[in-house]
Amino acid sequence: MEKLLLLGAEAIAQGAIDGGMSGIYAYPGTPSTEITEYVQHNKLATERNLHSQWSTNEKTAMETALGMSYAGKRAMVCMKHVGLNVAADAFINSAITGVNGGLLVTVADDPSMHSSQNEQDSRFFGKFAMIPILEPANQQEAYDMAYEGFELSEKFKLPVLIRITTRLAHSRSGVERREIKKENPLTYPKDPIQFVLLPSNARKRYKGLLGIQSMIEQESENSVYNTYIPGKDKSLGIIVCGIAFNYLKENYQTNKCPHPVLQINQYPLPFSKVEKIVDECEKVLVLEDGYPFVEEQLKGFLNINSKIIGRLNGVVPRDGELNPDIVARALGREVKQGLPVPKVVANRPPELCSGCSHRDIYNALNETMREFGKQKVFSDIGCYTLGALPPWNSINSCVDMGASITMAKGAADAGVRPSIAVIGDSTFTHSGMTALLDCVYENTPVTVIISDNATTAMTGGQASHATGRLEEICVGLGVKSDHVKVLIPLPKYHELMVKTLREEFLYEGVSVIIPRRECIVQSVAKSKKEARAKKEEVAQ
Amino acid sequence: MKSDIILSGVGGQGILSIAAVVGMAALENHLHLKQAEVHGMSQRGGAVQSHLRISENEIASDLIPLGKADLIISVEPMESLRYLPWLSESGWLVTNTTPFVNIPDYPDMKELLSEIEKLSHHITINSDEIARQVKSPRSSNIVMLGAASPFLDLPYESLEIGIRKIFEKKGERVVQLNIDALNSGRDFALKHTPVSNNL
Repeated sequence: MEKLLLLGAEAIAQGAIDGGMSGIYAYPGTPSTEITEYVQHNKLATERNLHSQWSTNEKTAMETALGMSYAGKRAMVCMKHVGLNVAADAFINSAITGVNGGLLVTVADDPSMHSSQNEQDSRFFGKFAMIPILEPANQQEAYDMAYEGFELSEKFKLPVLIRITTRLAHSRSGVERREIKKENPLTYPKDPIQFVLLPSNARKRYKGLLGIQSMIEQESENSVYNTYIPGKDKSLGIIVCGIAFNYLKENYQTNKCPHPVLQINQYPLPFSKVEKIVDECEKVLVLEDGYPFVEEQLKGFLNINSKIIGRLNGVVPRDGELNPDIVARALGREVKQGLPVPKVVANRPPELCSGCSHRDIYNALNETMREFGKQKVFSDIGCYTLGALPPWNSINSCVDMGASITMAKGAADAGVRPSIAVIGDSTFTHSGMTALLDCVYENTPVTVIISDNATTAMTGGQASHATGRLEEICVGLGVKSDHVKVLIPLPKYHELMVKTLREEFLYEGVSVIIPRRECIVQSVAKSKKEARAKKEEVAQ
Repeated sequence: MKSDIILSGVGGQGILSIAAVVGMAALENHLHLKQAEVHGMSQRGGAVQSHLRISENEIASDLIPLGKADLIISVEPMESLRYLPWLSESGWLVTNTTPFVNIPDYPDMKELLSEIEKLSHHITINSDEIARQVKSPRSSNIVMLGAASPFLDLPYESLEIGIRKIFEKKGERVVQLNIDALNSGRDFALKHTPVSNNL
C-alpha cells in the first residue's frame, strides 16, 4: 500500500481513520493538536463524515468519546499531558465502566517542556486507571498502534492509552498504510447497567477490572511491541521504552548493540521478559522518555534491585527529554561536540506578534496599574502568557487553564484590591466559566479581562467556542450587563481603555472587560486567502 | 548516501517549507527521511530549528547527534551560530545575512559575520536581497535552499519537483516564483564557492 510522509501525530490520526474510527474528540494543545487537525482535513474522514469538531475542553472530549463508545462505535480522544488532568475524572472512571466500541485515549507528553507548564508522564495515569498503555517508538508504530488499538480496547472492553512525546508527535517519516477497516455499526452495550457507577455496581465493575489485570499483563508478555533482543555482553542489559529505542540504535550504527536489550512499548510491564533481563545481566540501564516510570517499578521503595540504573541514580539526567547524546553518555560512549556557540549569540525567546491585540491591552493595563500597584494580575494559558516577559511584565501567574479567574477570586477574598484576571476567549470557555460563576455567586470584587482574539491562537488558530457569544455567556452567568464592557484594543483607543479599566478596578463587584480584535496571524492569513481567491476568479 | 541537516531561523521565517521541499525530494528519490520540527510557543518569533535526516539506509534517531550534522541551513545569521555544536568538522554552514531583529540585545552584525567567517566551510548570502531581485520577496527561504543545494546529496531536479508539489495548491505563479528563487540561490552559491572545496 502507499507510503505517506507523516508526523507521528498525523500517523496516529491516519491509523485511527484506517482502523475504523467514527469520531475524534479533542481540545487543541501542543504537541497533540495535529492529530485532530489531520482528521479534519483528511479525504476519507470527510467522505465518511467522521466527527472531528473541537470540544470545549479535554473533559468534555473524553466524555463525548465515551458516549460514542457506549453506542458501539470506535472513538479517539486526544490531548496534551496536562489535558489529561482536566479529563482525569472521566478517564479513571471509564476504566471502571469499561467500553463498548473501541476507545483510544491518545496523550502527548512534553518532556523538556517545549510548550508546557510541566513534564508529567501520562504512563502513571495509565497505570493508575489499570488499562493497557501503548507507546510507539516511531511513526510506523504510531500508525500501527492506533490501527490495532481499537481491537485491543474491544478485546478487554477497556479504554487503551496511547502515549507519545513531543519528539515523535512532531517528527516526520514514511508510514505504510494498511487495509481500511469498516466503521462499527451502532450497538448498545450488552449489559444495560455497565455504565452505571452506583456504588453497588461500581464495586462489581472494579472487581472485574482487577480480575482482568493478569490478562492484560499476559497481553504485554506476548506483544510484538515488547521484544527481547539477545546480546552476548551481559555486564549490562538495557530496557528501553518508546522513542528512546531510536537513540539507542543511533549509538550502534555500524555494529549491533552487544548487550541484551528489552524493548518495552506496551504496558503493564511484561513480567517474565523483565525478570529474564534483570536476572541475566549484572546491571540494567533503563532508558525512558519522561519520568522514571519503569525504573521506579523495578527498583522498588527499598531499592532491592540495586543493579537498576537510569534517571534515579544520575546515569541519565533526572529531568528533560532524551536524545542520542544523553543515551551515548549513559552508555559510557564519547560524544564529540562541534564548536561551542559563540558568546555573541543572544537568546531569542518567543514574543507577542507585531500587531497583536494582546500588546495593546497590556499597554493599557500597565499604565492603569501604575496607579493601583504591582502583583495584582493573575493570568492564564495562551499567547498572552508571553505578557509575563519583558517588555510587558504585566502578569503574575500562569498555572492551569482557567486558574486566572479563580486565583483572582481567592486573592480578592484575601483582601487584594483590585484583583485582576487576564484570560483568553478560548481558555475562558475551556475552564473559566465555572470560575466566573463562583465570583458571581459571591459578587466578589474581581475584574476579568477576557482578551478576545476570536481563536485558539497559541496552537495555530483553531475555532474558539466563545466567538460571537462572549457577552451573552457572561451575562447568562450572572454578571451585571452594565459591568460587561467591550473595547477595541488599538493604540488609538488607549485612553479609553485606561479609563474603562480604572472604572472597573474601582467597582466592588464582578466586572468583565472584553478587549476584542481578531488574532493578527489569523486576520493576515484570511486576507491573503481572500486575495488569492479573487485573483483566481479574475483569471477565470 | 546520508545527509544530516539542521535548518534554523526565527518562527515564521519558513524553515518548515524548506524541510517540506527537501522531504518531497527525498521521497522522489526513494530515500529514508526523518524530520523533527518545532511547533507551539517558539513559533511566535522565537528561535526555531528542524533536524532533517535523509539516507539510503534506515534512520534511527529523529534527532541528529552533536557534531554529526553535514549542513546547517539558516535563514537568519545569528541563528546559524546557535547550532554549531551539532556541525561536524567537515560540515558546511550556509546562511542568510539579513538579520531578523526582534530583540533589544541583537548583536553587532560585524561581530556575527566575523564568527561565521571563522568557520572553514561557510557560505553567506543575502537571500532577502536576491529574492527581491527575482521579484519573489517572500521566497528568501527558498533562495537559501538553492544556495545550500550543492551540498545536498540530492539531484537538483528533484528539489524543483518538491517545490512543485509543496506549492501547487497556491497556483502556478507561486510555483514559478519559488523555482526562480531556488535557481538564483544555487547560481549564487556556485559562483561564490571556491572550486577547491570539491562540490
